[in-house]
Amino acid sequence: MTTTEERPVGFGRMPRKEDARFVRGHGTYVDDVRLPGMLHGAILRSPLAHARIVSIDTSAAEAHPKVRAVITGETLAGLGLAWMPTISYDTQAVLATDKVRFQGQEVAFVVAEDHYAARDALELIDVEYEPLPPVVDARRALDPDAPVIRDDKEGQTDNHVFDWSAGDKERTDEVFAAADVVVEQDMLYPRVHPAPLETCGTVADMDAITGKLTVWSTTQAPHAHRTLYAMVAGIPEHKIRIISPDIGGGFGNKVGIYPGYVCAVVGSIVTGKPVKWVEDRSENLMSTSFARDYHMHGEIAATKDGKIQGLRVHVIADHGAFNATAQPTQFPAGFFSVFTGSYDLAAAHCTVTGVYTDKAPGGVAYACSFRVTEAVYLVERMVDVLADKLGTDPAELRMRNLLRPGQFPYRTQTGWEYDSGDYPRALRLAMDIAHYDDLRREQAGKRERGELMGIGVSFFTEAVGAGPRKHMDILGLGMADGAELRVHPTGKAVLRISVQTQGQGHETTFAQIVAEELGIPPEDVEVVHGDTDQTPFGLGTYGSRSTPVSGAAAAMVARKVRERAKIVASAMLEVSPDDLEWEKGRWYVTGDPDQGRTMAEIALAAHSNLELPEGVEGQLDATCVYNPPNLTFPFGAYICVADVDADTGQVKIRRFVAVDDCGNRINPMIVEGQVHGGLADGLGMALMQVIAFDEDGNCLGGSFMDYLLPTSVECPSWELGETVTPSPHHPIGAKGVGESATVGSPAAVVNAVVDALKPLGVRHVDMPLTPAAVWRAAQGRPLRTDLAIT
Amino acid sequence: MRITVTVNGEQHTRDVEPRLLLVHFLRDELGLTGTHWGCDTSNCGVCTVWLDGTPVKSCTVLAVMADGHEVRTVEGLAHGAELDPVQQGFIACHGLQCGFCTPGMMMTARWLLDHNADPSEEDIREAISGQVCRCTGYENIVRAIRWAAEHGGGRGTADAGTEPAPGREEVRA
Repeated sequence: MTTTEERPVGFGRMPRKEDARFVRGHGTYVDDVRLPGMLHGAILRSPLAHARIVSIDTSAAEAHPKVRAVITGETLAGLGLAWMPTISYDTQAVLATDKVRFQGQEVAFVVAEDHYAARDALELIDVEYEPLPPVVDARRALDPDAPVIRDDKEGQTDNHVFDWSAGDKERTDEVFAAADVVVEQDMLYPRVHPAPLETCGTVADMDAITGKLTVWSTTQAPHAHRTLYAMVAGIPEHKIRIISPDIGGGFGNKVGIYPGYVCAVVGSIVTGKPVKWVEDRSENLMSTSFARDYHMHGEIAATKDGKIQGLRVHVIADHGAFNATAQPTQFPAGFFSVFTGSYDLAAAHCTVTGVYTDKAPGGVAYACSFRVTEAVYLVERMVDVLADKLGTDPAELRMRNLLRPGQFPYRTQTGWEYDSGDYPRALRLAMDIAHYDDLRREQAGKRERGELMGIGVSFFTEAVGAGPRKHMDILGLGMADGAELRVHPTGKAVLRISVQTQGQGHETTFAQIVAEELGIPPEDVEVVHGDTDQTPFGLGTYGSRSTPVSGAAAAMVARKVRERAKIVASAMLEVSPDDLEWEKGRWYVTGDPDQGRTMAEIALAAHSNLELPEGVEGQLDATCVYNPPNLTFPFGAYICVADVDADTGQVKIRRFVAVDDCGNRINPMIVEGQVHGGLADGLGMALMQVIAFDEDGNCLGGSFMDYLLPTSVECPSWELGETVTPSPHHPIGAKGVGESATVGSPAAVVNAVVDALKPLGVRHVDMPLTPAAVWRAAQGRPLRTDLAIT
Repeated sequence: MRITVTVNGEQHTRDVEPRLLLVHFLRDELGLTGTHWGCDTSNCGVCTVWLDGTPVKSCTVLAVMADGHEVRTVEGLAHGAELDPVQQGFIACHGLQCGFCTPGMMMTARWLLDHNADPSEEDIREAISGQVCRCTGYENIVRAIRWAAEHGGGRGTADAGTEPAPGREEVRA
């Protein structure tokens, strides 16, 4: 018999199970799927941002020898599918019928024998447009003379989408009226795009004989997609199978349903063949879910000795032409109300006004945790603006104001209950790793020599793991997640989960959770996901919710199996279950450790002719649905060191220190990889990424020529640290972490660059901090980064 | 147009349109789907394969240009059942997450180590700067390539300083 020490422990730095196929080129992504008779679809897109469609002539395209079908909005209207519902209870045109409302919008769909022919046929479609003035500047969208974009909507007479607020306005106004110091700052979190390396795509296969629709799709939420397809198309759910195979990154881009998916399904119905649609990069950037685009006005109130007292925020949110933002129903601005950050405030209030513009839909994507990116950026910039006003070191100001460990669970002024945190410890660790005081000394020396060096600090509290059913649903679907665990007779297990990895390593870490709970090796636990016929219902992977919700479900279902195993073991050992104790992988008799049964022995017995107690059916499996009691609130302290060349505006990120606390780490190797990736995202957003528009509504970020992604050369070698403050309400004390670094890092970079430019009198620069933007700021002529108009 | 291309040591003859891109020839004609397609402007590098021993972005090469030449893809990287040290390094150092950039990254890494058995961090970052990764922040890719160099992967030592002639590179089936 092996000792406890020799038995496998689930948690730890385990290499990934996924890697074996990926390093051999044997992953199966959507575009790798090939079915007999499969046809290829391509979308004709609008060249204009806002225009009435006068006519569409498809005759030449239909005459192309390799074309099997040309589908227009009119075809779809006949099926009731010209418009589809969005996750935000708005509607979105699948193929435009009346008007086009953004450049790159879907106008027609061609199905042909191969991809090249489908593209050829797009050129043969003749669309006559009558141009309309576009709405490009979100800050002018509600002007009385602004053209109405959504004249398709009954009663819509302007470009207003919603007003939403959180916090106590009156109390906040009182705090501000009485404060010693009030500072304010306008800031833009520009429109960016998650740009996963694999674009969106689908293979739709409608079997006319069985009436079953199978859809391979780049989806982060296969079960939610199935339900939406059922609701919209009227096909019952048991006749729809969504398969989300290997996904080449999602980053929130692959949560919603895009017109291309719907067109492929219709294409398959019309032709009776499977239809593949895979978009190219420019289509991905121009038409699928953008992120951010928050125009924010922040105010912060404090005492003269630096006690932060209140925050007041107004946001104009640019939602594009259709409100397709993905977030829980009750939260039109996502979780933006966590903008009070990591500080103990007397009062806070925010208002958010959503507007339509002639741009692609989206908003919530790119590791934002439902607008937490915007919230954290706002508060962490405001704290720096305050530090500058007070002449206080920004790290020192934060240290003075951070919530203390004894204050948790802490209820914020906007109603969130933070689960746990030791903030000062994390900030101290980051400052130690960075040698913060030395950096400040180095900076002072450089300033004397006229060199620009900046140190940026950011401290964030994340809010992830949506969420409690009572408060959180998507289109009425409560945000709980299921898990099913089956232990085979020989002790190997299969765990079926409702979430969908896009590279985050679920096939490895979920096996580790079961291994930790049951004491069987993680290699012996197969994780099944991404196939709605094979897995329990749940809401998918986004908002860093896999570990908080589905990870909890995996632990709970394993515990159910462990309890079942206990009863079987008691029958095997002929003792009462009350006399048994658990050690990793084994039930044994209290006081007689030699008398015990391993999980493998128990599994075999559970399937044997062993007489089991009344009510125990045999076999060893369980199911569970986990409804989380609260979100988890991971946190972190980031420090960025930047060197700036004032003559060229070039920014060099010299160092980046990131201390993250996500509670217990299931696989520290994977956590670190998540952090590295998120830091690169944050650096990219801060320095180079923006989807901008010119006055005609032309998208200026529609390819990788303009929409820049950081490469190995721009990224520094990341310096990580960790503290561990478990979530008290989570079964294994783990919090989500995937989006933390994307949420926390942009403010650190911007704070560093603004700090570097301080001697030149610069107090704020809007992202992205391109050489042009930095140079212009240094000249006292800041650039408006969202528009080509300056 | 009829072309014959040697891919991972095996000859393939096909009739193709002159406009067919090499990336689509590999994926659609030969079923070698390890090589991916990530952009339309030749920036991302997920389609990187070797053409006569040199990494190229196969989205920016016509299949007909490979007629009579040798191509090596990720499927030809392992030595039978044994993984190349580069592949082992990517696993050991967690140099991949979604796996979409991985085949291209590894092809460049293999080439780098063949030409520089002991690359510095800067050499590695420079070598892979034509390739984008959205998941890893590059840190662990750099470590993975270093790992490969230190675990028998730096096979360039033998011909250090000499540039192999095109097509000389041994292709492993």
